[in-house]
Amino acid sequence: MNALNFVPVWTLILGAGIFFYVLLDGFDLGVGMLYNFMPDTRSRNLVMNAIAPVWDGNETWLVLGGVALLAAFPLAFAILIPALYFPILVMLLALVFRGVAFEFRFRDAEHKTFWDHGFFYGSLIATMAQGMMLGAFIQGFKVEGRVFAGGPLDFLTPFSVLTGIALVFGYGLLGAGWLVLKTEDDIQARARRYGCVCLAGVVIAIVVVSLWTPLASDAIFRRWFSWPNILILSPVPVATALVAWATWRALGGASQSGGFIGAVGLFALSYIGITISLFPMIVPHHYTLMQAASPPGTQAFLLVGTLFLLPVILFYSGWSYWVFRGKVRADVGYH
Amino acid sequence: MDLDPVLLSRLQFAWVIGWHILLPAFTVGMASYIAILEGMHLVTGRSVYLRISMYWIRIFSVAFGVGVVTGVIMPFQIGTNWSRYADTAGNVLGPLFAYEALTAFFLEAAFLGVLLFGRKLVPPWAHFVAALMIASGTLFSSFWILSANSWMQTPAGYEIVDGRFFPKDWFAIVFNPSFPFRLTHTVTGFFVTTGFVVVAVAAWLMRKGRSVEEGRVMLSMTLWLLTFLVPLQIFLGDQHGLNTAAHQPAKVAAIEARWDTQPSFPLTLFAIPDPANETNRYAIEVPYLGSLILTHSLDGEIKGLKEFKPEDRPPVAIPFFAFRIMVGIGFLMLAVVAASWWLRYRGRLFDSPWFFWLCMAMGPLGFIAVLAGWTTTEVGRQPWTVYGMLRTADSMSPSLVGGDVLVSLLAYMVVYLIIYPSAVLIAAGLVRKGPALAPETVAPIESGRPSAPINIELVQEGKTL
Repeated sequence: MNALNFVPVWTLILGAGIFFYVLLDGFDLGVGMLYNFMPDTRSRNLVMNAIAPVWDGNETWLVLGGVALLAAFPLAFAILIPALYFPILVMLLALVFRGVAFEFRFRDAEHKTFWDHGFFYGSLIATMAQGMMLGAFIQGFKVEGRVFAGGPLDFLTPFSVLTGIALVFGYGLLGAGWLVLKTEDDIQARARRYGCVCLAGVVIAIVVVSLWTPLASDAIFRRWFSWPNILILSPVPVATALVAWATWRALGGASQSGGFIGAVGLFALSYIGITISLFPMIVPHHYTLMQAASPPGTQAFLLVGTLFLLPVILFYSGWSYWVFRGKVRADVGYH
Repeated sequence: MDLDPVLLSRLQFAWVIGWHILLPAFTVGMASYIAILEGMHLVTGRSVYLRISMYWIRIFSVAFGVGVVTGVIMPFQIGTNWSRYADTAGNVLGPLFAYEALTAFFLEAAFLGVLLFGRKLVPPWAHFVAALMIASGTLFSSFWILSANSWMQTPAGYEIVDGRFFPKDWFAIVFNPSFPFRLTHTVTGFFVTTGFVVVAVAAWLMRKGRSVEEGRVMLSMTLWLLTFLVPLQIFLGDQHGLNTAAHQPAKVAAIEARWDTQPSFPLTLFAIPDPANETNRYAIEVPYLGSLILTHSLDGEIKGLKEFKPEDRPPVAIPFFAFRIMVGIGFLMLAVVAASWWLRYRGRLFDSPWFFWLCMAMGPLGFIAVLAGWTTTEVGRQPWTVYGMLRTADSMSPSLVGGDVLVSLLAYMVVYLIIYPSAVLIAAGLVRKGPALAPETVAPIESGRPSAPINIELVQEGKTL
């Protein structure tokens, strides 16, 4: 059609979109999991209200990730989504319970415990499902021609279980960081403690995944350990160790925002690590970003609007965060 | 295994979208209603508008919450169960779905938090803007999703390369032949649905003698709106029907259960369609009326179902009956609106118990009409996902077997049967509570006449947080 190649810019947009989802809904889901460990109704109310005004916008990045994948890389969408049939089903239904719990819990006093459980288990199961999807994605799927040719339970492997658990700790860390930022006194002290536990889990998970992935795949091993890659890429693990240490200090000290920023840093570094391992594959072992891309006509049509709309979205979403800035107040939100 | 994954996937899609569409049917209209109420309050300073708005915002937030979580499920259905369709049509339809998320979902989500929780944190005008943005978001969303749906009904602006759709002309794709009709007919239907819910609740409040001022404002305002919208909707439906007759003749033949092509054909009011024998049983018909409605002439003709190969025909009975339910409700609504004119003329709009009962009975009918209309157009499109181009049976994810889909369908059924009754009970509880007598929370802002000093103080309080 024309010589312009929009694949790099769409790779960036999609990559950024997924990363935003992971960070933003990550802290929501993390808060949802920590919610279960809050001692009383007052602290639960406060914890829920720390995310009530923003969770909906955060979950929207998941929708954008899905439909942008369909628009920009339809072949990847058509292979990956059916390959993840059951984890996606479980994630979506868990997100239903997580999402309606905000409204229902405050308005349906008779079944409050039920919606409390829906909020906690919904957050936990959705996180676990997302982590397992990540693991299954890294390992790759059986593909014939343009279709997924494996079975419905192919996603279930020891590696994907590991990445599922890893993400539970990861989102827990983000959630704890957010709660430190948004709460005070006893709830904040709890959040700091839970954050340290999650950080320990995250560090262990990063180490295990970083060893497992290259040992399981020659291509990934060469990517990281061949010369001179090993030298060029060595800042990634070094930076990860430094950020983990700084996060630990921030959670244990008096910093209000350090824990959350540190958690974001760890996610960014892990994300970069996965990108280094897999690039330029969008369907690992089968299709590259270029091969799975929609035609330039499609990518250009969507790009025109996206380049205008994304900054606008970031602006007003930022404004909405700004309205609810500061420590969460008992009188703002559901009560 | 005997389970047919295509049929089960279709049932699953019908299940999740059927439940989901009930929420936009309410929230699209309600978002605009709330924006109007907030605007009226800002301009006139009358607190009754604020009380009504706050009442509906609570109910809206329950519906919107369920709408969000069931809406997130929808795009993934395209991938999990219909991946062949995603691969074949993604080049064309993907951007339409993506634009829906970019123009609508973020807008709604970001400003919903401010609408629900921000009244104390932002100035009144900003709160109104939040309501306005949510209303705009619901309309942008309708625009894109109905454009995508219309393209599947009347595809245009594409070329086919290697068996897949490629875009050629984006204007033709977005504004495909059935889109203007589907968009206006659907959105008006959503507004009418919301209107009758408001009328029903207002009638209930007035019959109980509670919140009479709010009830009067709601009833009068909404019946004026319906005075325009219901006749408009019937006109738009007629235009949509002519458009369908031009572009999807098999669908119209099924809707009218016409087996033979004939001029001056009757309108079949009732029949039991008998596809095996290609005829209708127990038919009650009005001569010439079919021609008059569908071709706007007494001797016009439409293609009968026998002109289409059996494998290209949609089911007949489902669109036939669903269409009649929709149209029947439409005329019932017109009758109620006409009754309201008479009562208004006689000055009895606010003290006629029988009319209150009638209004209350009408409350849920909009939802049934929307579902019936949706069923008509979607079942009438069969056996195609992209009309005339891509068969439903060729759209499914090839990796699926019947057992997988049965499991997911049952899971969706169980979850929706927990969520929806809960939402209805909670919303009913909020309706029963009625509008707050005195505006909740901060009186100075919410009494309708925000006095400047207190207002500024609150804004500053927000800033110091």
